[in-house]
Amino acid sequence: MKVRLRNPDRVVDVSGPATVLDLLKELSIVPEAVLVIRDATLLTRDERLNETDEIEVRPVLSGGAS
Amino acid sequence: MKCKVCKGPAVMDIRRHNAAFCKPHFLDHFRNQVARTIKEFSMFTSDDRLLVAVSGGKDSLAVWDVLIDLGYDATGFYLDLGIGGYSTRSKEAAIAYADAKGAKLIVRSLAEEHGYTVPELAKLTRRVPCSGCGLNKRYEFNRAALEEGFDILVTGHNLDDEVATLFGNVLHWNVDMLGRQAPVLEEKVVGGATALVRKVKPLVRLAERETAAYALLTGIDYVIEECPMVEGNTQHRYKEAVALLEESSPGTKNHMYFGFLNRVRHRFGDEDENFELVPCAGCGAPAARWDAAAEPVCSFCKTKRLALGRKQQ
Ligand code: SF4
Ligand SMILES: [Zn+2]
Ligand SMILES: [Zn+2]
Repeated sequence: MKVRLRNPDRVVDVSGPATVLDLLKELSIVPEAVLVIRDATLLTRDERLNETDEIEVRPVLSGGAS
Repeated sequence: MKCKVCKGPAVMDIRRHNAAFCKPHFLDHFRNQVARTIKEFSMFTSDDRLLVAVSGGKDSLAVWDVLIDLGYDATGFYLDLGIGGYSTRSKEAAIAYADAKGAKLIVRSLAEEHGYTVPELAKLTRRVPCSGCGLNKRYEFNRAALEEGFDILVTGHNLDDEVATLFGNVLHWNVDMLGRQAPVLEEKVVGGATALVRKVKPLVRLAERETAAYALLTGIDYVIEECPMVEGNTQHRYKEAVALLEESSPGTKNHMYFGFLNRVRHRFGDEDENFELVPCAGCGAPAARWDAAAEPVCSFCKTKRLALGRKQQ
């Protein structure tokens, strides 16, 4: 499946992961730090994925002084 | 996962509440949490005029959106920091949101107001960009609120922001900062006039992941890219460390922050006894007077003088 990552913007090909949690494990991403998006909606971590999916993994933690 | 309320398919899980929600019930949950926070900390009422500091990012646009939907009188304020394409795109996001929502937005620019951008200021003062940027934002938000007659300044600080700040203040034992960390900072009167407007953070019960989800699900087109100056930023590293802890024990952030507010904060005074607050000789903002013989100048004016002095050389 095609997975879009941000900051910097890039697309990687990942094959195999059955669920959102598996995908994040494979990419070494902490689930608490991202949203996982398919077809403009959010996926919970147990959601099943298909090889033909286009997924976006969007980081949510920003930095900077307040 | 199933929605806790309607048992339909969930789009968002919140592990520290042991809950998942479908889109409409997540949005309800989010608004309820904001309304509860406003009430719990007596932040403001519908009679108050609110100025919302808007960066174009998810948190400030989300808080503005919820306040408008809850029926509050909330105006946005965008400060152009002059950080290249990042600032251009954030300004566009703030303006596009205001136009779509029919909300009022005040726009000012650091270069026009004071003669420098954040990158220039960092070079001139030889300090990290976030330090001068934070100082200038706090100063300009407050000045705009006072000048435009607002009662309250609202910021989009979320639970992760507050926990990261607390984590940093504990790591370094910044005792005076610990005394000042709260969801409400009361107005400060200096020399008979309001010098610091009351500041509130209605998103402190919401994790950053939830504010991002709120923005995405309501179709708010926020700026996803990070500020290019943020590289190596310690606040960001603290958030990553805390996210790891939260992942292995959900609820850690909540415990740390609300435990601090309820059980620890009162041990730290919110005033430093060693100085007196007096109006700054340059601008009238509150300045700390340590020494009765010296002219009181606020930290903003000191930094501005240093920067503009070096710029002329
Ligand atoms: S990351 Fe630093 S320089 Fe950039 S906007 Fe935030 S505080 Fe300012
Ligand atoms: Zn539901
Ligand atoms: Zn001053």
